[in-house]
Amino acid sequence: MALLEVKDLKVRVEEREILHGLTLTVNEGEVHAIMGPNGSGKSTLSHVIAGKPGYEVTDGQILFKGEDLLEMAPEERAAKGVFLAFQYPVEIPGVATMNFLRTALNAQRKARGEDEYSTPDFLKKVREVSKSLNIPQDMLKRGVNVGFSGGEKKRNEVLQMALFEPSLCILDEMDSGLDIDALRIAADGVNALRSPKRAMVVITHYQRLLNYIVPDVVHVMSKGRVVKSGGKELALELEASGYTQFEAA
Amino acid sequence: MNVAVAKTGNGRAVSDLFASAEGRLPGSPAVIAARREAFETYERLGLPHRRIEEWKYTDLRALVGEVLPLAAAPDAAALKRAADAVKAHAIAGARKLVLVDGVFVADLSDVKALVSEVGLKTLRETLEKDAALLKTVSTDAVIELNAAMATDGVVLSIADGAQLSAPIQIIHVAMAASASAFTRSQLAVGNGARATIIESFVAAGAKAYQVSDAVIVTIGDNADVAHIRLLDDAPDAVNITSQFVTVGANTKVNFFNMTTGAAVSRLQGFITLAGEGSELAINGVNLLKKTEHGDTTLVVDHAVPNCVSREIFRAVIDDRAHSVFQGRIIVRPDAQKTDGKMMTRALLLSDEAEADNKPELEIFADDVSCGHGATAGALDDSLLFYLKARGLPEKQAQALLIQAFVGEAIEQIADDGLREHVIGIAERWLERRS
Ligand SMILES: Nc1ncnc2c1ncn2[C@@H]1O[C@H](COP(=O)(O)OP(=O)(O)OP(=O)(O)O)[C@@H](O)[C@H]1O
Ligand SMILES: [Mg+2]
Repeated sequence: MALLEVKDLKVRVEEREILHGLTLTVNEGEVHAIMGPNGSGKSTLSHVIAGKPGYEVTDGQILFKGEDLLEMAPEERAAKGVFLAFQYPVEIPGVATMNFLRTALNAQRKARGEDEYSTPDFLKKVREVSKSLNIPQDMLKRGVNVGFSGGEKKRNEVLQMALFEPSLCILDEMDSGLDIDALRIAADGVNALRSPKRAMVVITHYQRLLNYIVPDVVHVMSKGRVVKSGGKELALELEASGYTQFEAA
Repeated sequence: MNVAVAKTGNGRAVSDLFASAEGRLPGSPAVIAARREAFETYERLGLPHRRIEEWKYTDLRALVGEVLPLAAAPDAAALKRAADAVKAHAIAGARKLVLVDGVFVADLSDVKALVSEVGLKTLRETLEKDAALLKTVSTDAVIELNAAMATDGVVLSIADGAQLSAPIQIIHVAMAASASAFTRSQLAVGNGARATIIESFVAAGAKAYQVSDAVIVTIGDNADVAHIRLLDDAPDAVNITSQFVTVGANTKVNFFNMTTGAAVSRLQGFITLAGEGSELAINGVNLLKKTEHGDTTLVVDHAVPNCVSREIFRAVIDDRAHSVFQGRIIVRPDAQKTDGKMMTRALLLSDEAEADNKPELEIFADDVSCGHGATAGALDDSLLFYLKARGLPEKQAQALLIQAFVGEAIEQIADDGLREHVIGIAERWLERRS
């Protein structure tokens, strides 16, 4: 069943059209990779799906589990199971990571009409997940992402993903800034979340990540459109030949 | 200001405000004469207005208009309601001193427990002997008016070397409607003493009332004092408080003020560092909404060398509220090696919210390190979006960021329990927003 359907999406930022009619369908259980040159609109697509303000959708639609995603506030999308691991996670001084995680998780549960987690249950869950991602406990006492290294910020995004158990995970350049070991740990974390009900969209510039998170479908984005889709071998092709063939198109 | 004028016994004309209160004002004949003099000064000056530099942003003539008649002394029914308010606002473990509509109420206070550790009198008692406590050096009309009208207060003395086993909480309860209460207190802290004093301003059903408070604080050498003021007056009340603080040598002072109530409030603090080697921290948070006006005005006077002063002030301003911070640091010619800094930040939650910030450095010594910084702005959209993308509704996302913002001042409170108490006040204020 289609989890995410992006249909002929046109998006403007500050009067300039960035996405020129983008179409993408992601089914439950699938992992899709999106590759494409700098500035082709990959982050823009992920932001529009997450509901970031400042983007004007001039045409097309986005359906999530058959519902109109563009009608929903960002927090509703999160509660319904949309998760974006940001390319550049922000630092939030003064908001302790632990407090943030609990507040966010419980806000999502409340929106879904579920019971809030008790403190011991919550702590247990965080401890499990952070251990598997090699995130030290004292990092969780600090402000959200404050003073985290680039790699630590990315791992913190994966931690949240594991904690919130979304049905659609969009990972925007999760591999940038990660060293080889951190990449493997984060990828293992992502793979552990693969399930028949959950889909992932992995945005990356490097084929290497796709050795760890093996995609079902690879899309090439160029100038605000998906210009080619194929199997995982498409990523290898791109690695060898680059994007020039698509830019000419 | 427009006031009716009445003839009194000795033929001099004073306004109704004083004439009608005179019979209830405690003090010897000499004290009454001092009051009359103070009132005349007040009358000559009138309520402060925008053309008086210190009151530029808080024009009491425009904001308050007139001074309301003195509240009647509370009756038995009022005291019963006051008792409930005291219970609701008492801080666990603290020893209470309760003033209801400007009158000290021993029955609601922990007098017995306190007198074993501190010297305690009421202002009323001390004024039977002399007028010293009414004399504060000032030409400020509101301070003169307070001297003229003060009905009661607590006069606390903490002996040299005393280590108080529990905080002292002075609770001002307002009961009356459309009336004013004037209090004046003294806190004298001896050498080497250690004390925590909390002052709470609360309302028990009172409406449209006015509070004028003056506190004279003298702190000796090698002392350690924390003073926390919690202003939670009714939303249509006025609270004007003046603090006069003198600090001895090698002493640590930690002041904190939290304003979450009153239509119009001003806290003016005049702090003199009079002994070398002392450290003064004076921090505050204003949480303002609707059309509230909250003013914190601080004058920190480094009179001697080698002292440190730190001011951290945060204002959160919603709707059409207006926050004012005026901070003056004076460094006298002798006060070399002074280290004085103030940092004030305002968070504007609406387009109509207003923040005024006026820092002033008056430095007459050459070997000092002084500075100030100020910012005003809205919540960061990119942070808000991050939180919303994680499932937090707008108001909750704002609340988390606002808590972090005020936390920078609140975390300066050293005592864990009091800090948590103040965090709780901020949380409840934020909950009422959403
Ligand atoms: N807020 C903005 N204002 C103006 N232009 C913008 C804004 N956000 C994005 N753009 C432009 O939109 C285009 C697409 O940007 P986007 O960040 O989506 O690219 P990307 O594919 O994620 O690139 P990268 O691989 O470098 O991360 C770029 O040309 C960028 O400059
Ligand atoms: Mg990008």
